[in-house]
Amino acid sequence: MKKKRRTMLYIPGNNPAMLQQGGVYGADSILLDLEDAVALNQKDAARILVRNILQSTNFYDSEVCVRVNHLDTPFGLEDLNEIVPLQPDAIRFPKTETVEELAKLIKIIEAIEDKHNLPHDKMTIHAMIETALGVQNVFEIAKFSKRVDAITIGGQDLTADMNIISTKDGSGIDLARKMIIMAAKANKIDAIDTVFVDVNDEEGLRKETEYGKQIGFTGKAVINPRQIDIIHDVYMPTEEEIRKAYRIMKEFKKNKKAGIGVFAIDGKMVDAPVMTRAAHVLELANIDFDSI
Amino acid sequence: MKNIIGREVPEYIEGIGEIDMFVGAWEKLRKGWMDEKTISPPNKAKMPHQCKSCLTFEEAITNSSPKNGMTVSFHHHLRNGDNILVRSIEILANMGIKNITLAASSLNEIHDPILKYLKDGTITKIWSSGIRGEIGKAISAGVLDIPVIIHSHGGRARAIHTGKIDLDLAIIAASAADEEGNATGSFGKSAFGSMGYAGIDSRYSKQVIVVTDNIVEYPCVPNSIRQSFVDYVVEVDSIGDASKIATGSTRITKSPMDLRIARLGAEVIEHSGFFKQGFSFQVGAGGASLAVAKYIREKMKKAEIKGSFILGGVTSYGVDMLNEGLFNAIFDVQSFDAAVCSSLVENRKHIEIPAALYANPYNCGCMTNKLDVVVLGALEIDLNFNVNVITGSDGTIRGASGGHSDTASGANLTVVVCPSFRGRLPIVKKSIHTVVTPGETIDVLVTERGICVNPMKPELEQNLIKAGLNVRKIKDLQQEVEAIVGKEKEVEYTDKIVALIEYRDGTIIDVIRQVKRNG
Amino acid sequence: MKIIKKAQSGSFESSDIIVLIEPVAKDKGRHIEIDSTVMLEYGESIEKLILQKLDDYDISDIHLIVKDKGALEPTINARLETAIIRASNLQKGTL
Repeated sequence: MKKKRRTMLYIPGNNPAMLQQGGVYGADSILLDLEDAVALNQKDAARILVRNILQSTNFYDSEVCVRVNHLDTPFGLEDLNEIVPLQPDAIRFPKTETVEELAKLIKIIEAIEDKHNLPHDKMTIHAMIETALGVQNVFEIAKFSKRVDAITIGGQDLTADMNIISTKDGSGIDLARKMIIMAAKANKIDAIDTVFVDVNDEEGLRKETEYGKQIGFTGKAVINPRQIDIIHDVYMPTEEEIRKAYRIMKEFKKNKKAGIGVFAIDGKMVDAPVMTRAAHVLELANIDFDSI
Repeated sequence: MKNIIGREVPEYIEGIGEIDMFVGAWEKLRKGWMDEKTISPPNKAKMPHQCKSCLTFEEAITNSSPKNGMTVSFHHHLRNGDNILVRSIEILANMGIKNITLAASSLNEIHDPILKYLKDGTITKIWSSGIRGEIGKAISAGVLDIPVIIHSHGGRARAIHTGKIDLDLAIIAASAADEEGNATGSFGKSAFGSMGYAGIDSRYSKQVIVVTDNIVEYPCVPNSIRQSFVDYVVEVDSIGDASKIATGSTRITKSPMDLRIARLGAEVIEHSGFFKQGFSFQVGAGGASLAVAKYIREKMKKAEIKGSFILGGVTSYGVDMLNEGLFNAIFDVQSFDAAVCSSLVENRKHIEIPAALYANPYNCGCMTNKLDVVVLGALEIDLNFNVNVITGSDGTIRGASGGHSDTASGANLTVVVCPSFRGRLPIVKKSIHTVVTPGETIDVLVTERGICVNPMKPELEQNLIKAGLNVRKIKDLQQEVEAIVGKEKEVEYTDKIVALIEYRDGTIIDVIRQVKRNG
Repeated sequence: MKIIKKAQSGSFESSDIIVLIEPVAKDKGRHIEIDSTVMLEYGESIEKLILQKLDDYDISDIHLIVKDKGALEPTINARLETAIIRASNLQKGTL
């Protein structure tokens, strides 16, 4: 089953208490952050701490990603040198603006992997779009490499770059969100929405997550574990949807056995897009199609 | 000798006598009556119009004829805002009284100032459900010659009924009282709610003083303490610090870890088979235990389940659930915040109960016997599900037995919620420092890294596995925890026994030994 | 390896450990002070970890103080390494 990324829990890379407990909250994905969550004079400390944490901590079924510093900073290269050999599930590259940057990043990663006799196709890359230029180039960025399997939007940095005020309805970044989603969908990769900052506003989180799901985000960033359940709930298909998808799958398997390719349920044709949607629903509901 | 659960308990202890060994959680209850005889309450008589009022606290205590070797009792409803216990002991000490047995229903950090009286022979024996702060540390270090006795809430009632705790003087703080001693905690500037732990003291003590900071016009209604048992009444400036007695209203924790564990706990309850119409429920007063109530509340609304009663130490959260119609009644032995006090006064279904009715095993209506689901905490738990709620990882006394073993014994489903380790200290361990609640009464352990079901409940385990919960063997969880935190250095003890852990039926389930000090 | 200046790492947060390092004159040896909220349970193992780290970096003269708030071993090791590197101005790749 394809990796689920409904939630991505951000953990500050210099905070041992949070890092060591990262795996217990049931987030689909965990982001160990060496970038924005770490003070400039603690970048070295965070790097070493995250390295140790990666080597020793059980994150159970969660995907583990590390957000490194941008290559234009004094820290980015050292981060890659330290982290790539450990092969977390993914590296997140912040403030991706051009294909050239991405190419440079991948080249460096591959060089490090070569040095350590590691394959080039295990660890994936998430490109984070946080500037207007990044949004403009997102279609190229999403297309560039098979190693890029998620695009995420950094809402706060983006509004700063655009010199607008962040509003609750997110109207200022709406186009950016949709462009990022389109680029991701065109390349069949994940699109992850930005964090919802007000940890105490559960209704607001639910609303924003629902909107995100509606326009095509496959998941959302999380800054407090308390947000995880709400987001999972939003992404959980309804009982109705699950039952329908189950029926479709069952019929499909039955017909496949009998050699029938195209069939109808309740008078409606079941074609490829319907099948894909049904499969996706079952995935979200944690139902294994092989068991049907 | 090793008792039935493998704890090393001597058969005879100096200053106590022969030890009645723990024989199992329900063994002594099976035949339907208690071996020990109960004592009669004291016979008192008063002349007509005899005045109970005293001008000063000192006068009241003097009138009660204190003497060497006396037993004096206090309730702990004032929690860490209590002014009365320390003052009382000081008065007795200044009168030169020695060899006092202190029977406080629980001791908190606020009581630290009486430590000096443990050192100078004023207080030589203690009965309590819990001991914290400097007193706990000092007792662990061996300051007293005679071991203290740690009892449960229900066990205290039993011990008073049988005269094992032989009360000479009960000093009962109340937030409102009248000249005859009818007293309550439900209103007044120092209101604290239920007086569940004080009732039995008033009935059995040879002398009873009610002390209040709010004398009201006769008669004081409602009342938890009746004038029938009161000898003296005295008004003081303040019985305690209201802000520490009862906070505004109890908030559900915001700790992500506690909430995570609480949510898992609620899911366990939901799939246990006991989450159904008319179920009764008890949770703790804070942390993950109280937070379980938040999730159960949501689940009850979603499944349209109406419960029977809420039991135990009550917070405003419980009151909200009663008011929402999710439960029929609250049985309140201790109230934790101001909002609870008003509910107690105004709502007929918010019922105050005394400790004996709450949890005394030798009581035909013992409420814990009727309980369906209880959610408890733990300081430590071992591979046999035995729980420690009294000693810390360094062997020091810092917690309380309270209603833990009482509720665990009675509930159909006993759920322990706790992290698998706290800071660097493991909670799930191979061997724990002290057993307060025996594993046979614990059904399931819920931690952030897994759920462990007592092997005595295979059906429960199957239900939880079927529900898709992360069920594991407790041994595996313990090994994972040890790998994360590293192997602890064991605390070293001397042979001196500083405390007995009395199980609710009067038997001794474990002992606490003096911590060895290096150098 | 030589400790050439004062350095510090870690924080006073729960589950973290502060490591303070000061250089001492040659041949003065290793002066280690350990303060921990879990001194009784883990004091000895923390000391062992420190000595091992100093051996790994071949440091024989140092004044090292730790104030531990229940940090796990990966954290202790990380903070030790960070402080040592900061105190020695060690260039990456020369170990």
